[in-house]
Amino acid sequence: MRNLTLAAFAALSLITLGCERKTPAVDPKPPEAKPVDAGVAAAPKQDDVILLGEVGSLTGPEAAFGISTKQGIELALAEANAAGGVKGKKLEVRVYDDQSKPEEAASAAARLITQDHIALLLGEVASSNSLAMAPKAQEAKVPMISPSSTNPAVTEVGDYIFRVCFIDPFQGYVMAKYARQDLKMSKAAILKDVKSAYSMGLADVFEKKFSELGGKVAGIESYSKGETDFRAQLTALKKLKVEGLYVPGYYNDVGLVARQAKELGLKVTMMGGDGWDSEKLFELGGAALDGSVVSNHYSAEDPSPQVQNFITKYKEKYGAVPDSLAALGYDAAMVGIEAMKRSTDLTGPSIRDALAQIRDFPGVAGTISINEKRDAVKPAVVLQIKNNKFNYVATVKP
Amino acid sequence: MAGLLQHLINGLAEGTIYALVALGYTMVYGVLKLINFAHGDVMMVGAYVGYAAAFVLGDGALGSLWGAVLVFLVSILFCGLLGWLVERFAYRPLREKPRLTALITAIGISFTLSYGFQLKVQPEIAGKKVTLLPGADPRTFPEIITPAEWVTLHVPAPAPAPDEVDPAAPHDAADDFVEIIIWNWQVISFVIALALMGGLQVLVFRTKFGRAMRAVSHDHRVAALLGIPVDRVIALTFMLGSALAACAGILYAIKDTLIQPMLGVQLGLKAFVAAVIGGIGNVQGAVLGAVALALCEELVVGYASSSWRDAVAFGFLIVVLLLRPQGLLGRVQAEKV
Repeated sequence: MRNLTLAAFAALSLITLGCERKTPAVDPKPPEAKPVDAGVAAAPKQDDVILLGEVGSLTGPEAAFGISTKQGIELALAEANAAGGVKGKKLEVRVYDDQSKPEEAASAAARLITQDHIALLLGEVASSNSLAMAPKAQEAKVPMISPSSTNPAVTEVGDYIFRVCFIDPFQGYVMAKYARQDLKMSKAAILKDVKSAYSMGLADVFEKKFSELGGKVAGIESYSKGETDFRAQLTALKKLKVEGLYVPGYYNDVGLVARQAKELGLKVTMMGGDGWDSEKLFELGGAALDGSVVSNHYSAEDPSPQVQNFITKYKEKYGAVPDSLAALGYDAAMVGIEAMKRSTDLTGPSIRDALAQIRDFPGVAGTISINEKRDAVKPAVVLQIKNNKFNYVATVKP
Repeated sequence: MAGLLQHLINGLAEGTIYALVALGYTMVYGVLKLINFAHGDVMMVGAYVGYAAAFVLGDGALGSLWGAVLVFLVSILFCGLLGWLVERFAYRPLREKPRLTALITAIGISFTLSYGFQLKVQPEIAGKKVTLLPGADPRTFPEIITPAEWVTLHVPAPAPAPDEVDPAAPHDAADDFVEIIIWNWQVISFVIALALMGGLQVLVFRTKFGRAMRAVSHDHRVAALLGIPVDRVIALTFMLGSALAACAGILYAIKDTLIQPMLGVQLGLKAFVAAVIGGIGNVQGAVLGAVALALCEELVVGYASSSWRDAVAFGFLIVVLLLRPQGLLGRVQAEKV
């Protein structure tokens, strides 16, 4: 037993030694001027290159999101470099995979900041991962831009944290406005998931805005994530004779709600947010979803030339139609590049100040203005479901 | 009125599923004095086996009578076998051990099933990907009964509140009635559930096996002395309960469409509560408790809030246990000393 412990100790110390030997270049604080030798992680910090960092979920359950975002960012950088870069310097991005885990995202962000000395940090998609990264960026005064984390708490971490997407509750505002002004709806009801902050946030804003615009929210029913039987709530709502039902939930719940509403003979226009965005929705809901409307960040069917131009370039490079995460990744990088162009020197504080000044920047997923909370104020698109497909119908401005 | 009627229909549909699962709890408790916590998960397995059977049969067989019968049969046979295996290899070796040992084993089996089904095992056999375990992603259960409206009731609608009536608007005759649609699958599910319960009633009270089962439940040592094959009776009871759970699983999947590996945990718990409310060990009590519990839940969600659903369900259990510790139809048993 004793021998075993000793052996384990020896093995452990060997491993530690091995690790230490492998990265001799990692100096906790290498002086700025000294070029770091080409070790495993650190790249030469040349004078003619600006290094950006990206943390993304390239593997794990959210890999599809991370890969789209990465491709959007790469496209933006390629375009900026072709146009001459920033202040005569080329742009490069270093990407670390966080395996869709917050703790990995935090350590990847720390590594980009302390070892790679990046000028700007991009990422993440999932709010929980962005929340893990943000304190590292804030502490080191490195500006961070999240392409698509919609939880309000992300930018509340500090004044170096920005985002180029709208925050969750904004979608409630968009849908209330669309329902009231375009669909001329006068009486609506809400079915919300009480276990999800996302759902509650959207529902609260919808309720407030819809009433403010002269509509009536006749009933609010709730469910808890994981429930599969919504008949009791829907039966209660049927009595109210509403025209619309706002269900700001995720696709599995929504698919079942649509199905059971049809089963109970409830004739309403269903409305929702980007949580509906999945093929699984149609598998469950099918024809019961026809005519429903949802808000989202971007639509590939948006006819504006800027969007169509972006889609053509993206298709050329990756052979696929970009989804909203690719568009937001592209926008995040473009906003970052614009801020670097405007900054006096390329230090963190000056890029931060330039980011805070961004107004009316033409992004592919809408015109972006950064507000005092460092969130993007921008329009959302409204899509209508027909024959198991989302079709673009309108853009709603804030 | 129309709303209440719809709530009653909803509650009854949920209640029959609770009842089929509760029957399994009650029968096993009857013969073994064991709360078989794995029972809800056997129901989940039943739903998944039905899903797999429908998948193998293909789209052509969906909606046909023999397709649906086959889905039920495959699931019943598989779960019957599973019930027998669990009893033979997990519970029988522990029968003479303290009761707590078997109870913990039951929880272990429950976890093994519900978490095991969250693994995704897809080996390639003869060049084809074969899914052995489905993974944690919820699946959409195929429509083995093509939905069609069976009957549409027109129930007079309550008069709207005076302040709601717009005097300028023309009176819409459609507002006078509320449509209540009853679907073919709701009727079929209800008939299947009733037939199963009726069949069980006959089996327990009118057959030789039923008499043996009741004898084992009364005192299995004396039953053994009288020449009743106790092991076989217990094994058959498990298989019977598991077969009922398989049917409940498929009826659940027909009703609520989405199946996932954890569905047996919550539903199993509710069915267990129903069995206790009705008087555990009592067959009619399980059905009564299940329907009462489901209606109670439905009305709470319909007229109050869904957040109260579980609180009221378990509150109902506490009240029943305070007033009638033996359950609604349970018999008081003298403590054996």
